[in-house]
Amino acid sequence: MNKRVATLRSQSRETPVSISMERAVLITEFYRENEGRLSTPRLRAGAFAHLCEHKSIHMGEGELIVGERGPSPRAVPTFPELTGHSEEDLRILREREKIPYAVSDEDIQLHLCEVLPYWQGRSLRDQIFEELPESWKDTFAAGVFTEFMEQRAPGHTSLDGKPYEKGLLDFKAEIAAALDMLDRNPDDEPRREQLLAMDTTCDGVIRFAERHADLADAQAETEQDPTRRDELKKIAAICRRVPAQAPQSFHEALQMYWFLHLGTVSELNGWDSMNPGHLDRHLLPFYEREFASGTLTQDDARELLQCFFIKFNNQPAPPKVGVTAAESGTYNDFTNINLGGILRDGSNGVNELSYLILEVFDDIHLLQPQCNIQLSRKNPDSFLKAALRVLRKGYGYPSMFNADGVVAQMLRCGKTLADARDGGSSGCVETGAFGKEAYILTGYFNTPKVLEITLNNGFDPRTKKQLGPQTGDPRELGSYENLFAAFQIQLRHFMDIKLKGNAIIEKIYAEKMPAVFLSVLIDDCIEKGMDYNAGGARYNTSFVQGVGIGSITDSLAAVKTHVYDRADLSMDDLLAALASNFEDQGELRRSLAERSPRYGNDEDAADEIMRAVFDTLFEAVDGQPNLRGGRYHLDMLPTTCHIYFGSVLGATAEGRRAGLPVSEGISPVQGADHKGPTAVLKSASKMDHLRTCGTLLNMKFLPSLLAEKAGIEKVAMLVRGYFRLDGHHIQLNVVDAQTLRAAQANPQEHRDLIVRVAGYSDYFCDLSRELQDEIIRRRAHGEA
Amino acid sequence: MTRGLIFDLKRFSVHDGPGIRSTIFLKGCPFQCPWCHNPESRSAKAQLLFRAELCLGCAKCVQACPENAIAMVDGKSLTNDAGCRLRGDCVEACPSGAREILGRHISVENLLEELERDRVFYEESGGGVTFSGGEPLAQSEFLVAALDACGEAGLHRAVDTTGHAPAEVFRAVAERADLILFDLKLMDPDGHRMLTGADNALLLSNLKMLAEMNRDVEVRVPVIPSINDHEANIRATGDALAHMKNLVGLTLLPFHSGARDKYPRFGMNWKLPDNLQASSEKLEELASILREADLPVSIGGEKDE
Repeated sequence: MNKRVATLRSQSRETPVSISMERAVLITEFYRENEGRLSTPRLRAGAFAHLCEHKSIHMGEGELIVGERGPSPRAVPTFPELTGHSEEDLRILREREKIPYAVSDEDIQLHLCEVLPYWQGRSLRDQIFEELPESWKDTFAAGVFTEFMEQRAPGHTSLDGKPYEKGLLDFKAEIAAALDMLDRNPDDEPRREQLLAMDTTCDGVIRFAERHADLADAQAETEQDPTRRDELKKIAAICRRVPAQAPQSFHEALQMYWFLHLGTVSELNGWDSMNPGHLDRHLLPFYEREFASGTLTQDDARELLQCFFIKFNNQPAPPKVGVTAAESGTYNDFTNINLGGILRDGSNGVNELSYLILEVFDDIHLLQPQCNIQLSRKNPDSFLKAALRVLRKGYGYPSMFNADGVVAQMLRCGKTLADARDGGSSGCVETGAFGKEAYILTGYFNTPKVLEITLNNGFDPRTKKQLGPQTGDPRELGSYENLFAAFQIQLRHFMDIKLKGNAIIEKIYAEKMPAVFLSVLIDDCIEKGMDYNAGGARYNTSFVQGVGIGSITDSLAAVKTHVYDRADLSMDDLLAALASNFEDQGELRRSLAERSPRYGNDEDAADEIMRAVFDTLFEAVDGQPNLRGGRYHLDMLPTTCHIYFGSVLGATAEGRRAGLPVSEGISPVQGADHKGPTAVLKSASKMDHLRTCGTLLNMKFLPSLLAEKAGIEKVAMLVRGYFRLDGHHIQLNVVDAQTLRAAQANPQEHRDLIVRVAGYSDYFCDLSRELQDEIIRRRAHGEA
Repeated sequence: MTRGLIFDLKRFSVHDGPGIRSTIFLKGCPFQCPWCHNPESRSAKAQLLFRAELCLGCAKCVQACPENAIAMVDGKSLTNDAGCRLRGDCVEACPSGAREILGRHISVENLLEELERDRVFYEESGGGVTFSGGEPLAQSEFLVAALDACGEAGLHRAVDTTGHAPAEVFRAVAERADLILFDLKLMDPDGHRMLTGADNALLLSNLKMLAEMNRDVEVRVPVIPSINDHEANIRATGDALAHMKNLVGLTLLPFHSGARDKYPRFGMNWKLPDNLQASSEKLEELASILREADLPVSIGGEKDE
């Protein structure tokens, strides 16, 4: 990387993350003056336009791609209309050891005096908690599930190819046409308001870009260096063209996307930020055209991409507190760029930019953005190997997805073939039709916790509450089949509470928190005159994410083996051992762990149980209607929630002690697999991935294996084999336990070390000690 | 039914032939190479393996043993080998997995069932199964039956052998295997006898037979410092392989002493220096000698780019 990029990169890495109250103050200001005078969509749009008009504009030295969400890089706004942070929240954010956010005393005062008083009782979080029933709150407090929307808005958005073909003026013309249709139906006031609001947000973003153009021109006036002066003039010209009009050059295409990105992540703090999706295919026409005409070299493209990626890293995730921080404790905001895959017409999606972008990731390897390859049968092995050569450096990405499986999942959920091929994976591993779908994660579901409650006849031993129905004293259930039936009743009971709570929350978002600018960009919100949060998208999906499949499988397998099949342990003794956290029961604990079938070894005795649990989850979730006219589907991923879910769970029958993490993703319990990676993949593939919208499998490999020519070949074929079995996603963590332990001991010397956590990677030293330990315990493959 | 005695079945084996493989380790070996990585392979009988570090001192094994061959000594269990009949009750009783019987008898049918589990990966990668050891030809009846069964199942078959087996046995195996991985340690007959306990005449004549049969062979030379890494041995190796049209590869395998810790678990002594390791410079030097002789030489564990 050249000096410009190196400087921008190190600024982005070294600037401490801070909270800026600028957005909160501007939004509050607008709400104070206009709430009650405007319809909800126009209030939201007006506040957004107000922000675009008045927020500070930053243009860093040497930047080629411009625009920040905050007043400066790494300064993160708050979203008081969603969550009014308490004074204590802000102090915790400032003082906590991991993932801190600097916030000045003045800003805390500003927040307490100017912002918080207005939002108390008004913020969405306050409204949500007021409307949710006690049964929901008790179950949430017990840690049976988490709730995504209590601090962050519905998100999970990736764009398709539209921004490279259309400018916001074109979108405004579509809005005008939709309004024109409405004029024949004068009763439809809500649609009119929504469309007018969309129009306002387009103007807001165009204005935001113009302000950058003005600043660039002003800087050019006083710039001494003629090269930089030309650059600034060029930036000004670009910002006057995009996003108002469609981009015409590679540089404009990147700047176009970036303004849209900033618009959506400033409007609301949607989960998983925003994502350009298939960047390689979207940029290819610009690259080819300019490369042929000689106006762009490969080095120019590389530099622009590097500058572009640095902008993502400048935007850490908005601050999270409480359970939400525990379920997703990271600065990463999950922009996950897709490479390769299958084009709309069914042809191979790998192009020369797929390789160039992989190289750029290799050069720049920041926390954000991250990338994945969408690997289709139609993609060449050379592409897969190029990805493995980046991966083996130990950045924790790219991850690898089964593009053909992703398409099959979407077809199952009723999407058209072309829309499915335009889609891919975003966030961690979630499948969606980019630019056309609202596919929203609603919360993690603690499957092992449900078994614990079942073994206590519906009672939660930690919060001391009867949370579920009395499905029988386990001592008297008599058979494994009866125990499993009781577990199924409990699971359906808690899922029902979760889904009913979701409906309340969805309704509040639909009515009170439209995502107006995002709705401009997602088909078919304009056509329908409906908001993204109210069912305006072409496809409207909600997810529940199952967690701990390895732990619950092993737990059930241990109970089945010892209490029922071999009958060498009474249920009473087992329950007593679990209640005492195996105190003085070392032998029993080991025997449960060592002498029971374990998931991850291609052993049907355990894997059949996994399948039964999966089917139970699937049946409880899949196809249930949501409020936006769409359906629920199941994902199997944890982010960092397996740590939190373990912390609320007592000892479990597979010998796990109370409080320790549960298994992560669909991976086996840490260390329970001992027959090598093919056996893990076989076990994992006994789950029907095509009935999910995403599963997450992490595997740890020793660097030495991937260092070898033969190793790269064979790991590549291992991935192909898993995908042939319909496996959805696989991520390799290429780092040895020794390095990780050294990093624990000397974090200063290993600040650079990025590891795979779940569907994303993070700086190892930023992880909680529990999570660090959990990653070290994962089985490493590749030992001789 | 023919049954074999195996001590391991390793899936995702990536160093014993093309593609992703499963390697079956057969127990028993006619050689006693002091550098052997699998000392557990030597004895042709099942053995009790005890990992003292895992023993909880619970004495469950003492109660479980029908032969009364186990006693508690200093808080750890101790087995009297003479009394042990390898019945396995102690393994079953041990809560921590400190006890293991190394070596299990397996029928060809059951073996196939286990090998089939990774078929998808063999097919994706152009892999298959590899019979290794010990010396797999020492259990020739089982090996031939297993090779036939794998052939019928359409699995690619490799056999990793010392070549030290009666000619008719060797021929029967060579006719069936798709690839022979042939270990060539030392060309000097006296040295060979002294180090491994057996002459190399038989294996060299079997190597010739392979050439006559025109069966694919990859020759593998474990490079052990000060034992076989001298130029004369490498040149002699090259001479023996020159003009073998069936030679598909010649691999120099860098030796390391990683197996040293295994020896005491089987009551054996490690007789080589502790930190013996072939240097990459040395390997490169030896490889270039063989390359001059126009042999398809590569170094094991070759780095990618």
